[in-house]
Amino acid sequence: MGLGVEWAVDWLTLSARRIAEHREELIALDRAIGDSDHGENMDRGFQAVMEKLAQSPPETPGAALKLAAMALMSKVGGAAGPLYGTAYLRAATALGESTDIDAAALAGALTAARDGIVARGKAVLGDKTMVDAWSPAVEAADEVLAAGGDAVAVLAAAAEAAEVGAVTTDPLVARKGRASYLGERSAGHRDPGAASSALLLRAAATAAGFPEGSAE
Amino acid sequence: MTVGLVVVSHSRKIAEGAVELAAQMAPDVRFYPVGGTDDGRIGTDLERVAAAFDAGLGEASGDGVVVLTDLGSAVMTAESAAEFCSEPDKVLLADAPVVEGLVAAAVAAQGGATAAEVKAAAEAVRFGPEPAFGPAGTAGSQGRGEPADSGEFELINPMGMHARPAAKIAGGLAGMDVEATVNGADGTSIMELMSLAVGKGDKLRIEAWGKDSSKAVDYVRRLVEQGFGEI
Repeated sequence: MGLGVEWAVDWLTLSARRIAEHREELIALDRAIGDSDHGENMDRGFQAVMEKLAQSPPETPGAALKLAAMALMSKVGGAAGPLYGTAYLRAATALGESTDIDAAALAGALTAARDGIVARGKAVLGDKTMVDAWSPAVEAADEVLAAGGDAVAVLAAAAEAAEVGAVTTDPLVARKGRASYLGERSAGHRDPGAASSALLLRAAATAAGFPEGSAE
Repeated sequence: MTVGLVVVSHSRKIAEGAVELAAQMAPDVRFYPVGGTDDGRIGTDLERVAAAFDAGLGEASGDGVVVLTDLGSAVMTAESAAEFCSEPDKVLLADAPVVEGLVAAAVAAQGGATAAEVKAAAEAVRFGPEPAFGPAGTAGSQGRGEPADSGEFELINPMGMHARPAAKIAGGLAGMDVEATVNGADGTSIMELMSLAVGKGDKLRIEAWGKDSSKAVDYVRRLVEQGFGEI
């Protein structure tokens, strides 16, 4: 038994709550090396996701993610809008009409999401962007899948790797996005997009029933 | 009718201001400024950008729309919006600075250029003169042999060469298959043309190489003879 639409809705709902809880923290990270709007933008975007979920409850996980993609692209305002929007949209396309997502489908969706972010933002690993959270997450998910893990284990591994990946952005010099204008001065601060990515992937694991650990 | 031009900026004021400036030189071109979010903040809004693309494709009735963007996420929003609009293949994103690129694009569009030519005109601003050109005043015919076509015309408009004539020359030439110099300066560079500082009564000498060289010389001749539309 894999994950269904309840998981997808729970994930988005928990994402909205986590983003709201960490709003000030994301704003502070973005104030250091960006335009200080990431926390506010993401909070507004996920509130729009919640409104859309209430208006038209989705019937498949793919439909839920597509709905989230559209809301985020239109309401976030900053770079995170098209990036996360593309990620959720590509994941939704990968999941198709399926209502029972197993570990392989989930790993495939995570890969599609990461590839969407890379295609849209043209960043590579080490540029101090959300790719630094997503790429290790995808690799960890694939490893767990290869070792025979289930969907929950895949999500747990992805969340863990994304959190580690976000921390690894601290010393990096930004090569993409608004922070790249700062050059060397961007080192010593965590990338806000990598931080929010870790929150979202942790929410995915929690919504699937994996007990919360260090994220709290 | 002409190619439509869409400006995607984080700021409503930037989008509208750039359009206000460029529209002066392109009265028949339809512009679609999209700046800021729907609640008036700094940011970009995919729905409104996609709507502008569709409006441009529907109303402007050229063979496409050309898009100028400001900072990085405006590019991403424009790319995403293009995927959602009715005819993604007809939405061309120009990799060019918003103000100079839009002016060059507007002038090219006004002259009836295709979407691909308008995009090229905008991008010619960004990439500047070919390396072989050298700085203004030194290009001449060195290394390229005799020009395929050339002409010398006396400026009759009272203001001489200023921003608008420079943009008309540069925008038009950038859309042609030609390499051209005007008094030695790169004919596709608004900045180089303006820096020639030629006034009424002074002469413009155009030298052109390539397939469209006679068309290019004729284009500049007509502009000069008509006083760039200022008399």
